[in-house]
Amino acid sequence: MSAPPRSPGTEAWTVSSIRRALEARQISARELTQAFYQRIERENTRLNAFLALSPERAFAQADAIDAKVVRKEPLPPLAGVPTALKDVLNTRGTETTAGSKILKGHVPPYDATAIERLDSAGAIFLGKTNCDEFAMGSSNENSAYGPVQNPAAPGRVPGGSSGGSAAAVAAGLAIIALGTDTGGSIRQPGAMCGIPAMMPTYGRVSRYGLIAFASSLDRIGPFARTVEDLARTLEVIAGRDPLDATSAAYPVPRYTAELDTPVKGLRLGVPAEYFAEGLDAGVREKVEGGIARLKDLGCILTPIAMPHAPYAIPTYYLIATAEASSNLARFDGVRYGLRVPGASLGEMYRKTRGQGFGAEVKRRIMLGTYALSAGYYDAYYLKAQKVRTLIRQDFDRVFEQVDLILTPTSPVPPFPLGERTADPLAMYLADIYTVTGSLAGVTAISVPCGKISGILPVGLQIIGPHFEEGRVLRLARAFEAAGGFIN
Amino acid sequence: MNISRDEALRVAELANLELTEAEIATYGGQLGSILSYCQKLNELDTTNVEPMAGVEAGGLRSDAGKGATQEADPVESQHARADLPRDAGIIHDVIRRAPEAVEAPTPYFRVPKVIDR
Repeated sequence: MSAPPRSPGTEAWTVSSIRRALEARQISARELTQAFYQRIERENTRLNAFLALSPERAFAQADAIDAKVVRKEPLPPLAGVPTALKDVLNTRGTETTAGSKILKGHVPPYDATAIERLDSAGAIFLGKTNCDEFAMGSSNENSAYGPVQNPAAPGRVPGGSSGGSAAAVAAGLAIIALGTDTGGSIRQPGAMCGIPAMMPTYGRVSRYGLIAFASSLDRIGPFARTVEDLARTLEVIAGRDPLDATSAAYPVPRYTAELDTPVKGLRLGVPAEYFAEGLDAGVREKVEGGIARLKDLGCILTPIAMPHAPYAIPTYYLIATAEASSNLARFDGVRYGLRVPGASLGEMYRKTRGQGFGAEVKRRIMLGTYALSAGYYDAYYLKAQKVRTLIRQDFDRVFEQVDLILTPTSPVPPFPLGERTADPLAMYLADIYTVTGSLAGVTAISVPCGKISGILPVGLQIIGPHFEEGRVLRLARAFEAAGGFIN
Repeated sequence: MNISRDEALRVAELANLELTEAEIATYGGQLGSILSYCQKLNELDTTNVEPMAGVEAGGLRSDAGKGATQEADPVESQHARADLPRDAGIIHDVIRRAPEAVEAPTPYFRVPKVIDR
């Protein structure tokens, strides 16, 4: 135990290699935790991936694991795994700001359910990761605490909104991370940082303790460096939770058990609408290369039509902002976070919110309030809900013909910091291939499929029907095993 | 599409946001262009289309019933639980985090006076 950690470089660890090393006493959970904190200390000033560190809790968790090793007790499924948590997830005793000034200094008294499940599974909580304010953004540039650097491509965005979680895993500052995805906020930063990232089905993972953005869309899901580690994390966090009425009472399969089932004969739909105008030529080339590789594995490619995909961005931005304008009403200076004094209650609300929220959050609250206001409700919000039905029906129809759908994750590779901040609409269009699955409630994963010019990571999106995470992970695993990530 | 200054002010008031003149001008303009883009939805005839509203019944979770476990305990049931008060045991933790509050004897949040007598 006293030997120095034979750390092979933090990024080389996986959930199962950590477990083996702990059981063989090659490293202790405390030494491993120290190695990750050293790496964070070296890299985080440059990357800005972590907003808060929680060494007290992390070392207590590590010591609990090491005690189990000494007592030769069976180790829990994520024993000793260094973990990063997006800052929109409430964590007991660690500052949770959602990337906003309005929650600066807020220390929640409880853990979100997903966090509590990771804790019980033996994970080590290194700290909280940077994100766009209240998860609103596609580049992490809307954080009140500064942007995150893309570890793969310095000077460029890591994607958003879970940019800190993606960057932390990609840079070897954590082995797994939790993010949240409302319109692409797990998959898109996964693609841009070059790591696998998963959005589970709506209802698969409890949102209790998640600071809500858009409740009919929000999901919690994992980042990792391998598909197997995504599966291991999902197995832990998925499942019914009495504290979240929207969590599904659908049994959680052992995703890892079916990971290596052959994929030969799987029918994969390729929708023309996702390869149209607006797709970067370099991204197209990599994604088409990835699809060809899946064909080589014996999968059957089928052209499909998803005619309502081009309507997904306006639909998404009307619904998401309407829900956000309602969810964010709770930040009013009364119960937590910032209070700016005012002569009346109303003035206190208006000043607190006016000064506490950043530009994108205010813009979205304005848009959502407008879309829900008398005289405009039918034309915008109700219309968007009807188009959402059409988008969902596209998926229902297609999943009668095919097992999974393949698309690019993002239409563009990681762009330079600052390039899109002046034009909100241009930023919204970065979500064009991810919002459809969000609206339909289905599951999807983004897997790396090579880098443009050997530098800029590109993601391939695999979309599956509701509650078919196992099938999505299986194809992702086969793609990974065939070398598709390098492509 | 243009959002007038008055309209932008009205929306800000509905949303309880105090905005500067510069913000009113910026957000008003941006809202106008985003809403113009949203007009694209009018290309679709949705006369006989049901809105996808809730997460239950025909909404996001039409598959959720498939193979879902029926729990015997009504508190655990998917659709309704008994409406029983529970003490989460964190009232003092919550009160202590408030910007202004009184802890004892009865804990409460302090806000500016709402009703004049």
